[in-house]
Amino acid sequence: MVKFNLPQNSKIEVGKYYKDKTNSKNIKKINVYRWDPSSGKNPRIDTFEVDMDNCGPKVLDILFKIKNEIDSSLTFRRSCAHGVCGSCAMNIDGSNTLACIKSHTDISGDLNVYPLPHLQVVKDLIGDLTTLYKQYESIQPWLKVEQTGEEKKELKQSQKDREKLDGYYECILCACCSTSCPSYWWNGDKYLGPAVLLQAYRWINDSRDGDKKERLKKVADELKLYRCHTIMNCTNSCPKGLNPAKAIGSIKKMLATS
Amino acid sequence: MEKNKNPLSPHLQIYRWQISSLLSISHRIVGVINIFFIILICFWSLSLLLDENNYELTKLFLNTFFGKFFIICFCWTSSFHILNEIRHFAWDLGFGFDIKTAKITGSLVIIGSFILTILFFLIGKNLV
Repeated sequence: MVKFNLPQNSKIEVGKYYKDKTNSKNIKKINVYRWDPSSGKNPRIDTFEVDMDNCGPKVLDILFKIKNEIDSSLTFRRSCAHGVCGSCAMNIDGSNTLACIKSHTDISGDLNVYPLPHLQVVKDLIGDLTTLYKQYESIQPWLKVEQTGEEKKELKQSQKDREKLDGYYECILCACCSTSCPSYWWNGDKYLGPAVLLQAYRWINDSRDGDKKERLKKVADELKLYRCHTIMNCTNSCPKGLNPAKAIGSIKKMLATS
Repeated sequence: MEKNKNPLSPHLQIYRWQISSLLSISHRIVGVINIFFIILICFWSLSLLLDENNYELTKLFLNTFFGKFFIICFCWTSSFHILNEIRHFAWDLGFGFDIKTAKITGSLVIIGSFILTILFFLIGKNLV
């Protein structure tokens, strides 16, 4: 359901202010969303003054600096730090992206860091993505063929057919797109969302897959697919430069023409 | 873990507006407003069927400041809706999904809607 306001227990309060102790002249203020499950209080925004003369270029570097030098309780997910794993997806400066490939020099003024929008917060910058993973499972993201036992043969794919997957197989499931989509905010339990639909298209579009019709049938649903209104926040936010809006458009077109 | 205990992360409150999202929501709002304007037009044509006095009354209203304001508003809402709908048609046909193209067509819709508004108004004015 559409609910513009945050529930009572999610209203954000003003948090602590961490003054810079290094007497640095090059200071950036970082506002970070904090919520501690053990405190029983509402989430808050803590402001950290960070010495930028001794800090790496990425937003993730800032978060690490805060965690190492100012407040070790700051919690966030990260793994590869190269924009490959998709763990450090968060809302930076008002749009979703990966902290490990976003340069803080692109952002003038204070830096606002929030968890991915409209998720249940687990702690600080970590949102609960269980629903998204369940939806991902529901589209059966694996190759389906009718081969059994001994007749198993190599499935060949022409270069041309393989190229059809370009721009789709690169998705790292960081959830930047799905959590940027207003439709997904209001109908996240039923609407599959851009990330999962892009994956769905990736399997529909695979020449080796033998279940194209069934896949299309499964996804053709008023709520699962057609909640996409081409708002295009997904494409705008994708840190890998992919185009979920186009993938969803292609599914709709396939359904209309088949 | 109890679900309800955990807060919901902020969404609309913090998400930066993009030209595409702004146009999408205004497209819907303008669509609703258009329905009211079309009802107004229906009343106008209905008054034509009734008799001269009724028609004069509607005409009187449309010639007031508010009436003119309504007319100009409708010129804009309809031209905006038409232009943005063309964009949606193109998407349905599978064109214009690139982020750059979408941004350009989006700005064209905004600029074009104002140009069309002026055109509609001037053409209408000269016809009367």
